[in-house]
Amino acid sequence: MQHGKYRFIVGFLTVPLGLYAIFVVWPFIQSIYYSFTDWTGLSPDFKMVGFDNYKKMFHDDIFWKSLQHSLLFALLLPLVTISLALFFSFMINVGGRRRKGGPAISGVRGSSFYKIVYFFPQVLSIAIVALLFQFAYNPDSGAINSLLHGIGLGSIQPLWLGDPNLALWCVMAVLVWSTVGFFVVLFSAGMASIPADLYEAALLDGAGRATTFFRITLPLLWDTVQSGWVYMGILALGAESFAVVQIMTMGPGGPDYSTTVMVLYVYQTAFRDGQAAYATTIGVALLVVTLLFAAIVMRLGRRERLEF
Amino acid sequence: MGSTSGEHNKNTTFGGVGRRDLIKRSAALGLLSVPTMSFLSACASSGGDDGGDKAKAGKKTAKNPLGVNDTAQMEFVLFDGGFGKEYAQDAVKLYEKDFPKAKVKFSSTQKIGTVLQPRFNQGNPPDLIDNSGAEQMDMGVLVGKKQLADLTPLLDAPSYDDPNKKVRDTLRPGIVEMGQFDGDPVWIMYYAYTVYGVFYSQKALDSLDEKYPETWDEMLKVCAKAKKKGMAGWTYAGKYPYYIPFSLYPMIGKVGGRDVLDAIDNLEPNAWKHPAVKACFEAYYELYQKGYILKGTPGLDHIQSQTAWAKGKALFIPNGNWVENESANVIPADFNLAVSAPSGLDSSDKLPFGTIWASGGEPFVVPAKAKNPEGGMEQLRIMLSEASSKNFTAKVKSLTALNGGTTGVDLTPGLKSGVAALEKAGSNVLNPRLQDWYVKLQKEQIGVSAIGEMMAGRLTPAEAIKKIQGFADAAAADTSIKHYKHK
Repeated sequence: MQHGKYRFIVGFLTVPLGLYAIFVVWPFIQSIYYSFTDWTGLSPDFKMVGFDNYKKMFHDDIFWKSLQHSLLFALLLPLVTISLALFFSFMINVGGRRRKGGPAISGVRGSSFYKIVYFFPQVLSIAIVALLFQFAYNPDSGAINSLLHGIGLGSIQPLWLGDPNLALWCVMAVLVWSTVGFFVVLFSAGMASIPADLYEAALLDGAGRATTFFRITLPLLWDTVQSGWVYMGILALGAESFAVVQIMTMGPGGPDYSTTVMVLYVYQTAFRDGQAAYATTIGVALLVVTLLFAAIVMRLGRRERLEF
Repeated sequence: MGSTSGEHNKNTTFGGVGRRDLIKRSAALGLLSVPTMSFLSACASSGGDDGGDKAKAGKKTAKNPLGVNDTAQMEFVLFDGGFGKEYAQDAVKLYEKDFPKAKVKFSSTQKIGTVLQPRFNQGNPPDLIDNSGAEQMDMGVLVGKKQLADLTPLLDAPSYDDPNKKVRDTLRPGIVEMGQFDGDPVWIMYYAYTVYGVFYSQKALDSLDEKYPETWDEMLKVCAKAKKKGMAGWTYAGKYPYYIPFSLYPMIGKVGGRDVLDAIDNLEPNAWKHPAVKACFEAYYELYQKGYILKGTPGLDHIQSQTAWAKGKALFIPNGNWVENESANVIPADFNLAVSAPSGLDSSDKLPFGTIWASGGEPFVVPAKAKNPEGGMEQLRIMLSEASSKNFTAKVKSLTALNGGTTGVDLTPGLKSGVAALEKAGSNVLNPRLQDWYVKLQKEQIGVSAIGEMMAGRLTPAEAIKKIQGFADAAAADTSIKHYKHK
């Protein structure tokens, strides 16, 4: 009997859905509404201006630049971070050499130490990480250039964040460094739940590390990887990228707009330029990009789930 | 009674949507909400009354020329930045002494925008605000949206110390004009007074056996001499290149006259194409070409560049007189900090050497919808008294808008040199307005993506000027920006 099933579900869902509607859905609707006004964010009076903000946005070079950088972040960062994290966690959990008397499947020597090391950046707040790297990138006396100098490469002293060709990559490197540890731990947990007999069977069949990874680990970990992918993409489009760009880069967003991202542009437009309505317009564009990103990842990643 | 758990595990269709799918989808939706713009709506406008419960004005007397209601509450929100909050708290005590029956609600924050933006939107702002810091609310928008009160009554009131002198007549040059946007009303009272220019160590200059160069040829000579000793001529806040104008703009004014800067501020067509602009840009570019700029400077932020400069790696730095406080912990005791007006080109310059940029800082405003605007203005009148001004100078090593008010105060080397520079300048004080009229244009467009690029050697002066003129023309044509003109 399915009698009363929906009432039962509705009873449980009312409160969370209500909260969700008030604190998430309603602000979305409001933001979309404000994007059709000329609200400054500093006074309660504003009027409707139709599509003016959208017209302005489509002719705004800086918007396109920030969109381009945000898309680059959303594509590259998950790819690099998750590949690295998969590699590290595979080596930590599965990739070790067979040792006498040990379990058939184990990580490389010292793997528990590596696990802590990788997770360490996760303990630091992103603002602190950004500040630390800002010092490291200091071309005058920073750690990186001092190191280059120390190993006899004194002639190579890049400007790092001061160079428009390098700045964006510097920022991305920091994001990878600070997030990879989280995914190592996430994937390690996933790998720990894969039964050891599958690996043993593969070993008996003569599978090497690469084959084991691509034929056993990755397929069984697919759900985790997919969620990780969406999560990382959203970090790259949202708060984390804002924090590092705002704290580390020149201007911020420079040099010459080479590191500006959509969230930073929303922030600057709303809170520096006093054009909250235009900022919400860019926010709507960001919403569209994020939705598209999630939809594409979900669609591409759809696979038959394996039970084990 | 078919809904046992066992059945559900096998039966994946649950009301049309697989249960797993449902969970997955809702998780995805939840994640989506993370980066998007809901934070903006947090400051959603909710109309608000027009301050119908304003305090009734009190009686105007000689001791109370603004007619403050002596029982009404006065609320004062201060930006708690480099100057701290002690000086304001001291002034609040004086207010409470003058109006013992009034309650003062004093608070300080570093997040002026976060704290006050919602209150402006609701129509119940405090009575006096120090609208400063990284979250400063855009003055142009506040004025344009009629959110600020005209401070003319304060300026025309007798000063706190001398009843025969109006407040207006006790202020330093430029303070009143800076508070105006267009027309006569004065919206902002800048309390601190900043001297901009070229900062250096007198000791380092002495060790080169040189004095501060007055022309550009001399400047290049000093830099060459410094280079021989392994010291760079200049450094600057590479990541915030809008520090360079602190010495570059007054140089343009000195070479081409005040009108050139006014035309630039007015966003007049081809204002940047003036020969004086080109000559000064080329002069600065020469510093880069001859290798007189500290290596790595374009990647340094303001603190890092000031530290390198304080360590003696570079001789000159364009800055404001807050540098003495900000870098106090790295400036050696025998540094002998000094500031000079910028060097000019040669003897054909329109204005004499000594022409300097000085202007107000720490903008105080009284909101139009404040409940007790007279109270806010009275608090400012108290702060502009000689005693409060001296207290400020002694505590935070900065000058105030009050002309004079330094006698008897033990001045630091940098401040002493700043006072001397102001005396030498006399009436040749310039006050370029781009940085408060068009923040984005000045900082992000002119500063970062033109001057910064030029000083890093990635643009020639001609390219930089062309780019800036383009930005300025775009700003002039943008109807969503409020435009201002020098009178």
